[in-house]
Amino acid sequence: MVSREQRAGHLLVAPYYIFFALFVAYPLIFSFVLVFHRWSIVGPLEWVGLSNFIELGGDPLFWKSIGNTLIFLIIHVPLQVSFALVLAAILNSKIPAQGVFRAAFFLPVVVSGVAVTILWKQMFSTNLGILNQLLYEFGIDPVPWVTDPSWAMPSIAMMATWKNIGLYVVLFLAGLQGIPRHLYEAADIDGASTVQKFFHITIPAINPVFVVVLILSTLGGFSLFIEPYVITGGGPMNSTLSGVLYIYRQAFSFFRMGYAATIGFALAFIVMTVVIIQRRFVEREV
Amino acid sequence: MKGKIKKLFLLSLLTVLALMFIYPFFWMIGGTLKPEIEVMNFSPFGSSWSLDSYRIMLGKIPLFRALFNSIIVSLISTVSVLVLSSMTGYALARLRFRGRSVIFNIILFTMVLPFQLTLIPLYVLMVKFGWVDTYAALIVPYTISAFAILLFRQFFMQVPHDLIDAARIDGLSELGILFRIFWPLSKPALITVGIIHYMGIWNEALWPMIVVRKLSMMTMPQMVALYAVGGQAESQVGTQLAAATLMSLPIIIIYLVLQRHFIASMASSGLKG
Repeated sequence: MVSREQRAGHLLVAPYYIFFALFVAYPLIFSFVLVFHRWSIVGPLEWVGLSNFIELGGDPLFWKSIGNTLIFLIIHVPLQVSFALVLAAILNSKIPAQGVFRAAFFLPVVVSGVAVTILWKQMFSTNLGILNQLLYEFGIDPVPWVTDPSWAMPSIAMMATWKNIGLYVVLFLAGLQGIPRHLYEAADIDGASTVQKFFHITIPAINPVFVVVLILSTLGGFSLFIEPYVITGGGPMNSTLSGVLYIYRQAFSFFRMGYAATIGFALAFIVMTVVIIQRRFVEREV
Repeated sequence: MKGKIKKLFLLSLLTVLALMFIYPFFWMIGGTLKPEIEVMNFSPFGSSWSLDSYRIMLGKIPLFRALFNSIIVSLISTVSVLVLSSMTGYALARLRFRGRSVIFNIILFTMVLPFQLTLIPLYVLMVKFGWVDTYAALIVPYTISAFAILLFRQFFMQVPHDLIDAARIDGLSELGILFRIFWPLSKPALITVGIIHYMGIWNEALWPMIVVRKLSMMTMPQMVALYAVGGQAESQVGTQLAAATLMSLPIIIIYLVLQRHFIASMASSGLKG
């Protein structure tokens, strides 16, 4: 009986064994090989020692892409978290047609990033776009959304917030609905204000959701690719060059597989470090 | 009275916000039907309407071929993920075998592995297999998902053990137990994995852009992105919006029909954290 279960277990997991060996273990090991080589994908690998890492350390475009990602995160994450939380709180307050509003906020989440990006590229147009037409109605001068280096990344961060907020509203809403009602009733008896209740009951209770939202939107920032690719091609003046876009360029415009893998390696290291730090500081034991 | 005013205020605020999320899509669809010179007008309605943008765009790129590719790739990959991930999830949840906890931990580990690390080596593997410009490159690396395995495992652990015992006495194989007893009991898990995976593959742009060069092998996101970025659209905005609309409509329609399932699925996907 035990041996039957043993065999059945391994047989059922067998596809995963193959999958893991081919598409996880092999690429993982090979990435450690690639970072020490120069390789154009045709011809033999050429051992170059640590020179990929040395080049990376002094590569202004790599550091530019990291800086761009940080700009994106600094704008996107607080915007995402605060707006999603406020929207979820409003939706949670026994509003009629809650489902309709939730569905509306969620719509951009299901639509392909490519479609959303093409749409926003036109809305961002400095001379003709509907965003600047709207601002004009309020007497505001046109904003060079994606044509000015200091505006381009913040604009993309804004668009990404619009695209993803529905998901985070739903997550926060689920978190809020999970808070036991008696906590608020007890606070009412003690005479707590709305603000006090928010900071002492709501915020601690939704900490796990908060951590998820924080990490997911951070990972999103480090995965930016199609948005800058379609809207700006990484410009103007490399102000929207993202890490993944830079990997793509090194690999498929310059055919430098070793160096592209090294950027991926460094990026993965940074992502994991950032996420670990975030968890350390934000996660609370419940 | 005060409560009523507050509620009215919140409702109008929400309505304005909801419009901010829906209006751009109306504008996009309207823009595909307007004459080209009116595309950028704020109103989604033009002085006349025609399907010219669609005709011009479809004359330049084989978008229906891309639609076909997208359907093939998303369908095969999703079915495979449901079958293979549930097999692994079942074994991890209900069968005792050596190395089970090691495998479980490995799967957890792969969940936190940033994709940037393996992107280029995975592409190299596709080149070595000769899979560039084939369905295999688009499908095979997406035949099992760690997230799906963990979700199935979690779900299967709650099925009462008596059911398995009874099925074994009836002589059902483990695969028989999985597909005849567990699957019918696990519709919510199957729907969740199905929706999330299908949507992810349908909308995926980066991986196809890495492994596909041939126009005839492209899925919709890649073909549409290249059309908008490359010179082909000749800055005819209406045709770009038409391509974006045709790509979005299938998923928007499915979303409108299965809205509740979509939202519940995505919510559970985020919370497994």
